[in-house]
Amino acid sequence: MPEPLLSVRDLAVEFSTEDGVVHAVNGVSYDVYPGEVLGVVGESGSGKSVGVMSLLGLIPQPPGRITSGEAIFDGRDLLKMPKKQLRRLRGDDVAMVFQDPMTSLNPVLRVGDQLGEAISTHRPELKRGQVRARVIQLLELVGVPNPETRYSQYPHEYSGGMRQRAMIAMAIANEPKLLIADEPTTALDVTIQAQVIEVLKAAQHETHAATILITHDLGLVAELCDRVAVMYAGRIVEMGDIYTIFAAPRHPYTIGLMQSLPRLAAENEWLQPITGQPPSLLNMPPGCPFHPRCFLSQGRLPCRTDVPELRSIDERAHLTRCHYADELHGQGAATTAAAVEGVS
Amino acid sequence: MSERSAQPPHIEQPPTSAAIVGEPQVAMQMDDHLELSYDSGVDLKARSQWGYAMRRFLRHRLAMGSLVVLLFLGIVALFADFFAPYAFDEPDFLSITLPPTTEGNHFFGTDFLGRDSLSRIIYGLRTSLWVALVVSLLATLIGTTVGAVAGYFGGWVDNGLMRLTDLVLTLPGLAVLLTISVYVGQGDPKRVAIILALLFWTGFARIVRGTFLSLREKEFVEAAKASGAGDGRIILRHILPNAIGPIIVNATLIVAAAILTEAGLSFLGFGVQPPNPALGVLINEGQSEGLKFWWLVTFPGLVIVLIALCINFIGDGMRDALDPTQRRIRA
Repeated sequence: MPEPLLSVRDLAVEFSTEDGVVHAVNGVSYDVYPGEVLGVVGESGSGKSVGVMSLLGLIPQPPGRITSGEAIFDGRDLLKMPKKQLRRLRGDDVAMVFQDPMTSLNPVLRVGDQLGEAISTHRPELKRGQVRARVIQLLELVGVPNPETRYSQYPHEYSGGMRQRAMIAMAIANEPKLLIADEPTTALDVTIQAQVIEVLKAAQHETHAATILITHDLGLVAELCDRVAVMYAGRIVEMGDIYTIFAAPRHPYTIGLMQSLPRLAAENEWLQPITGQPPSLLNMPPGCPFHPRCFLSQGRLPCRTDVPELRSIDERAHLTRCHYADELHGQGAATTAAAVEGVS
Repeated sequence: MSERSAQPPHIEQPPTSAAIVGEPQVAMQMDDHLELSYDSGVDLKARSQWGYAMRRFLRHRLAMGSLVVLLFLGIVALFADFFAPYAFDEPDFLSITLPPTTEGNHFFGTDFLGRDSLSRIIYGLRTSLWVALVVSLLATLIGTTVGAVAGYFGGWVDNGLMRLTDLVLTLPGLAVLLTISVYVGQGDPKRVAIILALLFWTGFARIVRGTFLSLREKEFVEAAKASGAGDGRIILRHILPNAIGPIIVNATLIVAAAILTEAGLSFLGFGVQPPNPALGVLINEGQSEGLKFWWLVTFPGLVIVLIALCINFIGDGMRDALDPTQRRIRA
């Protein structure tokens, strides 16, 4: 195994609110290797975005607080890094693509100037002409037609898909080592989503950046990722490469996610939602946070008293956080295989 | 097909859509056209928000009219030496308190020392406008800085600065003005301007702070942060341009307020001091004999009203023009 580019250990983030302390991220550990795409999936509020944003110092503090953990990026701990250094890192070695391209571009600045600014912030030695040439090259790369004309247009003259392309261009402008895409397709039309995925692929191909793809779209994960981490209530509940996860998930929550996907193969079949609600992060159930909704637990005592550890099963790279993962062997394989077929 | 059958039978299909569906050639042409405009981009014209705002403003008749009047007054004031028939302190004891007359070009009459009223109004206009512009500029500068810093950083910085703003706001303006002007010495237009600015920036600070508070939560600010922009750059380059509309409108309206306040102050004798002519000074001089010499009071008063009205109309026009949700032009 090569050295990981980013190694997060035991990250915990909490927010103080009027109702109490919200444990948004609760002891998350993962590695990202150079060039790979790691998918992070989970429901809204499962801590997928916060877990990543906190690494870059992009959560408001207060009310947010990183209570423990370390994040070694390129030999340096992001969480202990002085603010100024972290700022230099952002947009240079680590870049982000945001969810909503409609609001992520400054409406009063020309798109080209915004992209140029992202470059010249980190490369002040470049001349205006060089920056402009690079921006046009980037716009071309992400498939914006007429980059020369588009350079001097404002965001409102761009369509949604075009704006997301511009955002991706901005993210890869300085050839980052790590690219974080926070639900890059959620705000787009389905037809545009496919195009943007292609652009993301191209961008990744161009820069060889390791990518963390935060999404709740399992189809996108199947399309783009090498490995996937499933998050629930601020914890990673299952992690492994996508073939293993999609073919033989070993956590009841992952199985529930897969079964709630519409499938092309099965017609006239009701979707199976995961019953119940995600737990309130203010008031987590004791034991395994998923046990009130779990079909496997059936009210067994360890599920209600002990928080399961993230442990490896079968192959060492497949991790799950379930007391009874062994009982899942083979279960759901048929349905999820169909799901993979359906989404990929 | 199912859509069509779902429609009530008495509604006919519009002929155009039928034609497009029926004739593939037409559809082809449309496709070609679409692709062309997508590819060539020749007729794509970049028009900025400023472009739209400018158009909206130019169509705002009242504001444009006011702008013309104000520009005229401004030019006259700026080139007072050229326009004024006399110097402002040139007494003519042979023609004291002449009513408006064409004789000797005393169109607005003369005062107790025989000085030409029109000339004094023109020079007074210069002083008043200059004071107002300086006040507006200074107040904008102070208020925007305070508001931007408070709104962007929030927390105790915000708290401290806003309590300071509240403190200045609670001061009874006129009393403070009178007191300060006694201590720092009256008469000098520069000092009057600075004193007024130190009282006028509060409204700005509040408006700018509010705008910054909402803008700093926008995603493009987060995106700028994520691409490594520092606080200064975010404030100046990303948030301030988005807040420029309310700032410009308020800077304009403050000019009007400053002219009125300066006139009031000078009228009371605490602002610009004679022999420096300012519009308020002129009214003060003229009112000592009641309305007997009505022209000494009326003309400077009219000029003050005219300026204040024009500036307020312009401010209104700008507010309408800079509001991007405003598509229709009123007035």
